[in-house]
Amino acid sequence: MGRLFWSIAIIVLLVPALVATEFKPWILLEPDNLKVSSRFLGDFFPPATQPEFLLLVAKEAWRTIAIATAGTFLALLLAIPMTLISTRVLSISSLSGRMHPLPFAVRQMIRWILIIIRSVPELIWALVFVRVVGLGPAAGVLAIGLTYAGMLGKVYTEILESGEQHVAGNLMRNGSSRLQTFFYGVLPQNLTELTSYTVYRWECAIRASAVLGFVGAGGLGQQLDNSMRMFNGGEVATILIVFMLLVGLADLLSAWLRKILQ
Amino acid sequence: MMNSQVNPWFRWNCSVCWVTLGLLLLTILSFWTLDLQLERLFSVDSAKRMGRFLGELLSPDLRAIFLHKLWIASLETLAMSAVGTILAAFFGLLLAIPASKSHPNDPAHWRFLCRLVLNGLRSIPELVWAALVLISAGLGPFAGTLALALHTTGVLGRLFSESIENAPQAAAHALRVQGASESQVFLYATLPTIIPQLMSYTLYRWENNIRAAAILGVVGGGGLGQMLAFHMGLFQMQETSSILIAMILLVVFVDTLSYATRRLMSR
Repeated sequence: MGRLFWSIAIIVLLVPALVATEFKPWILLEPDNLKVSSRFLGDFFPPATQPEFLLLVAKEAWRTIAIATAGTFLALLLAIPMTLISTRVLSISSLSGRMHPLPFAVRQMIRWILIIIRSVPELIWALVFVRVVGLGPAAGVLAIGLTYAGMLGKVYTEILESGEQHVAGNLMRNGSSRLQTFFYGVLPQNLTELTSYTVYRWECAIRASAVLGFVGAGGLGQQLDNSMRMFNGGEVATILIVFMLLVGLADLLSAWLRKILQ
Repeated sequence: MMNSQVNPWFRWNCSVCWVTLGLLLLTILSFWTLDLQLERLFSVDSAKRMGRFLGELLSPDLRAIFLHKLWIASLETLAMSAVGTILAAFFGLLLAIPASKSHPNDPAHWRFLCRLVLNGLRSIPELVWAALVLISAGLGPFAGTLALALHTTGVLGRLFSESIENAPQAAAHALRVQGASESQVFLYATLPTIIPQLMSYTLYRWENNIRAAAILGVVGGGGLGQMLAFHMGLFQMQETSSILIAMILLVVFVDTLSYATRRLMSR
């Protein structure tokens, strides 16, 4: 009985979903579409290997890495002060009972800002920034910086609050300032976890910055978009291969870095 | 003895310091080579544009007709993510079975090839898939759904094959020594033991895919993203603002829902 109910429920839900997504797989097999797709896919082999094109792709690959790195750095610059303000570990008023209303309100506000800036995907931020600062890598750097500041800020706060808090409490009770407490009581025990998460985010940023080019924010994505518009299968194949290599490399590098930092 | 207790960062004869130096160098090189035109970024003109932009964003379009369109687009985004995830779970499992070595004597002839396919599917992001699929499927939500399905098949297939390989062997072994065929062993022993894990992976990916589906439209894959790209292209900032708010609400809604479910399940 339960099985029948669930089967019917799934079908009833799935049909409108299939209609809404205009799910018509047979479109792919129409002769016209089949001809275009097969010609495009046929062009994939051999991949384009003209020296000047390879040089261009290499330059764009470096720009992808640079956008990710600069964006992560910007995110750090934004996330560190927000973490310091919003973490409960460094609250002096909560040492004796409840936190005072004003610091509580400030902490909540920072948390909400972090939620909002990370709720907008980096691609949408990039689309917005392209309108404001114009086409180019600056929009990509700002987009990654903003989204990742939200993520880093949230996770940093969680890491600090999940750690051992006795040392921090003792230091502050004995009169050390918040910054002193942070550097001597909070940072040392959490540093490995914080850096390892940051390196992981940097890896994610490389993957993200590779697609930001689709909205005009520079890097490999922009080159891929250009080649695709010209239906140049060979160039698309080369860029896709470089893209996979780049992502794989970032993956390996980040795993290696995190192992060293342990 | 003392030395081993010191945090590795504060030891000077270590590779960590060199890594830090390398990362700093990479950061400096990045800023140096990028030509960010910072003077243009921090100019009065840019600040004015930013201010005007933010001002326009604060006055969302709340007409009933537009809100209705927004609702339809949000549902389309949800439908894209659901259909894409279901397709991916199906094809992911289909590829995961040959991609895993389910018992020590399993020859697993197709393991290497299937893993290669899964890795390929996984390493290309949804957005790039969407742009590729557009060529054969045309503009609209169908292309977005296919793109989500392709990328997620790679992700889920890999996770599924790991679950199959790590599944407890007792029941499967018992059936196998009784002479059951491989498909019977999989259907009656392996699958029932791992199905809760497969479900939780699929639900987790669905959560990710809702967010991804919202942006796929930017390259023409339907849903909220396509609406955003359209109105932003026409500089209709009020509509743009409403769409951005709808996106944020969708993401926050999904996050809260999944947080609440996990809280409920872990209790």
